[in-house]
Amino acid sequence: VSVNGSPDLTANCGGIITPNPFWLASAPPTNSGDQIMRAFDAGWGGAVWKTLGQPIQNVSSRFGGLHNRGTRGIGFSNIELITDRPVETNLREIAEVKRRYPNNGIIVSLMVESRDEWRDLIKRSIDAGADGLELNFGCPHGMCERGMGSAVGQEPKLNETITSWAAEFSTIPVLVKLTPNVDNIVPHGLAAQRGGADGVSLINTIKSVIGVDIDSYVPIPRVDGRSTNGGYCGAAVKPIALHMVSSLGREASFKLPISGIGGISNWRDAVEFILLGSSSVQVCTEVMLRGYRVVEDMIEGLTEYMRRQGFSRLDEMIGAAVPKLSEWGDLDLNHETVAKIDPVSCIGCQACVVACHDGAHQCIHPSPDKDVRVPIVDEGECVGCNLCEIVCPVPGCITMEPVDNGFSPASWNQHADEGAPLRPKKGVHI
Amino acid sequence: MSKLPPTRSETAFVDAKPGYSPVQALTEANRCLYCADAPCVQACPTGIDIPEFIRKIATDNLRGSARTIFDANIFGMSCARVCPVEVLCVGKCVYNEMDVPPIQIGKLQRYATDASFARGDRYVEAGADTGKRVALLGGGPASLAAAHELRVRGHACTIFEQSELLGGLSTTGVAPYKMKADRALEEVEWVLGIGGIEIKSGVRVGRDVTLDALLCDYDAVFVGLGLGADRLLHLPGGELSGIRGAVEWIAEIKTEASALEGVGRAVVIGGGNTAIDTVRELRGLGIPEVTLAYRGDEAQMSGYVHEWRWAKVEGVRGVFNAQPTGYVGDTAGTSVGGVRFARLDAERTPVPGAELTIDADLVLLAIGQGRLGALLEGVEGVTLDRGRLVVDDAGRTGHPKIYAGGDCANGGKEVVNAVDEGKRAAIAIDQQLCGGEAT
Repeated sequence: VSVNGSPDLTANCGGIITPNPFWLASAPPTNSGDQIMRAFDAGWGGAVWKTLGQPIQNVSSRFGGLHNRGTRGIGFSNIELITDRPVETNLREIAEVKRRYPNNGIIVSLMVESRDEWRDLIKRSIDAGADGLELNFGCPHGMCERGMGSAVGQEPKLNETITSWAAEFSTIPVLVKLTPNVDNIVPHGLAAQRGGADGVSLINTIKSVIGVDIDSYVPIPRVDGRSTNGGYCGAAVKPIALHMVSSLGREASFKLPISGIGGISNWRDAVEFILLGSSSVQVCTEVMLRGYRVVEDMIEGLTEYMRRQGFSRLDEMIGAAVPKLSEWGDLDLNHETVAKIDPVSCIGCQACVVACHDGAHQCIHPSPDKDVRVPIVDEGECVGCNLCEIVCPVPGCITMEPVDNGFSPASWNQHADEGAPLRPKKGVHI
Repeated sequence: MSKLPPTRSETAFVDAKPGYSPVQALTEANRCLYCADAPCVQACPTGIDIPEFIRKIATDNLRGSARTIFDANIFGMSCARVCPVEVLCVGKCVYNEMDVPPIQIGKLQRYATDASFARGDRYVEAGADTGKRVALLGGGPASLAAAHELRVRGHACTIFEQSELLGGLSTTGVAPYKMKADRALEEVEWVLGIGGIEIKSGVRVGRDVTLDALLCDYDAVFVGLGLGADRLLHLPGGELSGIRGAVEWIAEIKTEASALEGVGRAVVIGGGNTAIDTVRELRGLGIPEVTLAYRGDEAQMSGYVHEWRWAKVEGVRGVFNAQPTGYVGDTAGTSVGGVRFARLDAERTPVPGAELTIDADLVLLAIGQGRLGALLEGVEGVTLDRGRLVVDDAGRTGHPKIYAGGDCANGGKEVVNAVDEGKRAAIAIDQQLCGGEAT
């Protein structure tokens, strides 16, 4: 705890130490020294410099947004490649930013092919003053067609080999950025670990087609009359990212720190990633949509959360939710909840009625009294599925309350293995 | 159809609730909670599936949105503008329950229906000819809605309208800051576009053709004659010029260039919606001093509170508990110069000696309209209640061939009520003529 009693937000991810855990992910917001200095001024703890590598040329139309009921950009897709600025320019700016902002973390993202190229670029990045390196094994569009990016991240052997080169050449921490375009993230994290990485960052973007222009029949983003698959990110990918981060967090043989990425839009999202095992978090889409300024609320929100929960250091909360994840077969089948509707705050929209009738177990009904709009929960049939609570527009109006049914906890595994008794099913409508 | 002069007085007004731009409509549509068994629908006399048409705006299915509206209410375009949504759908929006601004249903409905009109879309066709013929008396929303529904069901229709203008009060009575007469006539044309509705304008039933003849020639008769002329007060000085009925005056400003030169002060007598419309229209036409005088107190006014609030914002003065006792002439003694009132107490009894004179160059009476029951008096099976035609929920009178709806049956309500009643009567007529199913 610092002198004024505030929690200490200092982050340490694989030896990369930053004043707070909020890093900009390698992406357009970290394209230049000027941008990154403005970001540090806004409060960002670290920045992963837009990937250096071989010369490339980008297409003009690069981004696509997923919009839902008036909310723009809940998902986002891009087909932009690595930096299109000269390596020398980037390295010169890295040195300048590091000189001006010695306390902020600069992590340089790299993507090249041959062992010699890796050696050369790693040395030059270290010479420029980088605090860490991030190996881009994740990019799922364009570069992977040339055998880089996710083409590496999808092959554990290749991942391990190139990681081992980087570990050999680097005197500073090496993070491996993993692609989510795999069926199970764990072997890929372990490959990075075997290669000698100091940490992993995940997730990179997900292969996607974000939409189709239904007038021209061309998918989005349109590059004249064609398109290609993009990398999907933004708020809507958070659940996928949380699952992958926690999969590594739960893996006993995986010991590396994690820099969590994927749909982090605010401090709450960051807290979730940290609770599932992230030592730092990286943000891109939210900044692309709303600017560097969003970090103020992220820092403040995390600080207030830690104060409220009694955490004085990030270490104390990292992974706190991981032990609560288990296999489905270990969940207590006898734990029972039912929906309760607060008649005072209910506005009578009946969203829960229609959702329960059409999408759940037909246990919420309109009041038999025509003048009463508050629905009735048939608790004897309510399976406690949460759908009504999800659709209710009034915060706190529907709550899922535990029911004491007299049954001892029993999971499916306990039932199958030991014959533990299960409570009668509800909502089956036989 | 008669052309409206471009110089008519109502053109001075701009819309009080202008239409939405696409982005405004989308923003508002996306706020809708898409309630089930929604209170807004229950509050709509025509039962428009409001959450559904709003959802269709949000998904850019604008043609479908308008179809949802017109399926329930063929006058959905004008109702979007003239309905008192504050006390109907919008007033029942569940957002009110949590002190969040309610969805602007009227404006969204206007957006969808205006877009439909702009495209010239049509949604329904006339049904196969049944060989049955229905006469409809009056050319207002009740008869037009009934005729449209009858045409969907394949019955031939003839509308008898005494004036040259169709649309009834939708054309000649709606406050011009809500909708102008040309827009109402456009809607009439659009409704008539279903085809097969014969118009006999300038024909007055009872004078030019008898009801008996119609009952003989047609399979059913729908009475949608609305209300009669403005009621006037028989008071000393009543013969002076400048004393007129408010409904008649409103029709004048909507269809003609009304002469208001020399009118600096106007008094409107009454406390209902016609009175409130009238004072707002007078202010809108630039009359500096406009007074609404009502015999009850302010809280007893039968007009909508939200409309009266606007009137006051616009500079209208309210005088309450005042009973007109006579008119005062101007200096020449030919025109009205003021109205004398007796002060009333809470029991509406004149307070002795408490008198008040309000100067006025124009006095408009908005104290109700006469009934049109005379035509139906003595018709077997038809019951009149103080001039109002008594009908059941399906618009049936006691006469097997006579149906009625709109103001002549409900005593004077909104366009949306007339449309609903006309449609329901049409369904009942169809059932009687063909045994058709109600839809």
